[in-house]
Amino acid sequence: MEKKLIRRRRLKNALFQGALISIIVFSILILLLLLYQVFKVGLSHLSLSFITSMPSRFAARAGIASALAGSIWTISLTILFAIPLGVGTALYLEEYANKKSWFTKILEINIANLAGVPAIVYGMLGLAVFVRFLNFQRSILSGALTLALLILPVIIVASQEALKSVPSTLKEGSYALGVSKWQTITGVVLPYSLPGILTGSILAVSRAMGEAAPLIMIGAAGYIGFMPKSPLDSFTVLPIQIFNWTSRPQAEFQDIAATGIIVLLVLLLTMNAIAIVLRNKYQNRMD
Amino acid sequence: MKIICNNINFYYGSNHALTDLNLNIEENKITALIGPSGCGKSTFIRTLNRMYEHIPKTKITGEIFLDGENILTDSYDLAELRKKVGLVFQKPNPFPKSIYENVIYGPKKHGLKNKDALDTLVEKSLRKAALWSEVKDKLNKSALELSGGQQQRLCIARCLAVEPEVLLMDEPTSALDPQGTLKIEELFHTLKEYYSIVVVTHSMQQAARVSDQTAFFLNGEIIETGTTDDIFTNPKDQRTNDYITGRFS
Amino acid sequence: MKRKLKKREFLIEKLLILFAGITIVTTLAIVLTLFGETFQFFKEVPILDFLTGKTWAPTLVPKSFGVLPLLVGTLMIAVFSSIISLPLGLGSAIYLSEYAKTRTRKIIKPILELLAGIPSIVYGFFALTFITPLIRQILPQTQVFNVASASIAVGIMTLPMVASLCEDAMMAVPNSVRNGAYALGSTKMEVALKIIIPSTKSSIASAFVLAISRAIGETMIVAIAAGQSPVLTFNPLESIQTMTGFMVNMSLGEISQGTLEYKTVFAVGTMLFFMTLIMNLIARGILYRNRERY
Repeated sequence: MEKKLIRRRRLKNALFQGALISIIVFSILILLLLLYQVFKVGLSHLSLSFITSMPSRFAARAGIASALAGSIWTISLTILFAIPLGVGTALYLEEYANKKSWFTKILEINIANLAGVPAIVYGMLGLAVFVRFLNFQRSILSGALTLALLILPVIIVASQEALKSVPSTLKEGSYALGVSKWQTITGVVLPYSLPGILTGSILAVSRAMGEAAPLIMIGAAGYIGFMPKSPLDSFTVLPIQIFNWTSRPQAEFQDIAATGIIVLLVLLLTMNAIAIVLRNKYQNRMD
Repeated sequence: MKIICNNINFYYGSNHALTDLNLNIEENKITALIGPSGCGKSTFIRTLNRMYEHIPKTKITGEIFLDGENILTDSYDLAELRKKVGLVFQKPNPFPKSIYENVIYGPKKHGLKNKDALDTLVEKSLRKAALWSEVKDKLNKSALELSGGQQQRLCIARCLAVEPEVLLMDEPTSALDPQGTLKIEELFHTLKEYYSIVVVTHSMQQAARVSDQTAFFLNGEIIETGTTDDIFTNPKDQRTNDYITGRFS
Repeated sequence: MKRKLKKREFLIEKLLILFAGITIVTTLAIVLTLFGETFQFFKEVPILDFLTGKTWAPTLVPKSFGVLPLLVGTLMIAVFSSIISLPLGLGSAIYLSEYAKTRTRKIIKPILELLAGIPSIVYGFFALTFITPLIRQILPQTQVFNVASASIAVGIMTLPMVASLCEDAMMAVPNSVRNGAYALGSTKMEVALKIIIPSTKSSIASAFVLAISRAIGETMIVAIAAGQSPVLTFNPLESIQTMTGFMVNMSLGEISQGTLEYKTVFAVGTMLFFMTLIMNLIARGILYRNRERY
């Protein structure tokens, strides 16, 4: 009787484990299917001329040059704005702020809430503040500022985690030599936490690179026939170009949308891979 | 006298950690602070370079004179104080940088940029810390590759590189094996020619071996001070006697 | 020299406070811009018509501003995507924290992170060109743009978030808690269901709420795969329009400031902002109230 019960419990456990494994297999399968679908549809159009050509009314001649340039411009500026602001805020919160003051508490609650605000709402903020109020128009600058605010909370939180991991004995070692706070931050704290900060920042930036919604809100164009030359030029980015092609009824445009996705994914995967390598190196050192 | 402490009281929040301490530190002598753990030795040593300022809600009253100047006043520059009064920690805490960079960290932050001067300083500091011969061929290797004892001597060299006058050591050998401990203890004798040293130790044998003066701490108070010989052979206070004969610890 | 150094330290601290303050300014700016335009909107459209009207036709004549079709569309996406993301995310978390060996975990976690890192535009493409044809093969009456396909894609996209939030909480349960149960002869399943899930239930609940909030704010997948027809329906095989879908659709054309269209976008955006804000506050409230202590 008891043996039977144990056997039943073991069987249940095995079934449960089987169910969980199928969930994992399902996730992996989806990822593979997604990549397969994109490559099956898009790979045949991938060529050098696709990357160097402007978009066109004819799918066969269309390329992503202006969108790729727009993405690179926008992301570079986003990095320029978001990383100093994010790391600076994290430094303030971890190294300077009095953890118990109401100002710090409000800051932290506010940052947590900002992290949950949908991307498209940042687009509305960008439209009202950068495009209209500051009159930057529908420019790369407006787009980069919008994306910077969008990923700021992610960078702050990741940097805070990295800063928390710096052993206090190292900071004390520096202070004991008569070295000032900021010098200790640049001399010990930042070098130690840099891999963690970089990992978080790269992941955040790659998220910004895949965003279309906020940039559509600020009025980034769907069609740009020239290469952007300054931050005040109008622009489009890869995700918007892909969206534009996907939403056309003709099948040829959906094919080149997939080709565009391949380019976007290669860029993102490269960034992600760098982040993962950095983190592994970092974790090994911590062990 | 190198340092004179008058009526030091120290508080962590509402916790009265040190009560009415008076202690003189002689120049070019080694002063050992002994006493059971939690008696305030480490807290006290950190008042001598104002390390407590990095801990929130601490308060200190009294006077500490270094060469006749009160270091507890706001006008006494913290960087100057810590350059003059170096601190070596319980656990070796080298920076995750090369041996060379560890030694020049302090001087560089204080504005020394000349490469030759830095090189000379590195050799001089490492020699004084009795580490030069062991590391001179691998100055660019990570400090974390050194043994525990070598790391601690590197931390001492790092301290010496800013050219202090007083060295505070907070149980500098408690994390080391006997060999590492021996090396550091030998080092004490050469270092006291140049520096006034205050060492916190949990080992009475160590205090007896290395120090000239000893102060016995109990519950945040100094029970007895005197020459090391007197304290260990002829203690005046019953509690000192109990402690050094191992009746409580 | 010393004075200069002190001054620099002081200025740096002030600069960092200023940086931190930008996050507050951002929130204020979001609230102010949304409120401003929305206030203007309600001067022209009665708030009751907006909240209870069943017809959404802001650009047609006669105009109609009943937001219910958009709201129902959005909620359908949220509900149907949860059917995928919540159980699968929770299941993945249990597997990773209770069953998987360290090495397996090291392989699976990056895969989940990759899933999380794929842009929503790619999921949108996948939904339209793969999931939708698949559904239409099984249920031919399905429309080209439909709720089901978009929901599945949104569910897959939010799955990794649920998994990682739940897993973090489960990994934080100390082994001593598990070992007590194993010592009594419990199977892994019994430990997972009777000990791990109950002791992390607030983290799980909070992860679920956050996932639903993410689904509500998701834009590109629904803009591509769910359609642009604001009809009030509960049929997941039909085309709808979500709040975010409407906002994107309006922005694709030129809308100039001051027009009713412009204000309409902000009114819908305000509603979206508040829905997600409330859910995020709920999620954090749950965590804060029942912080797991060991």
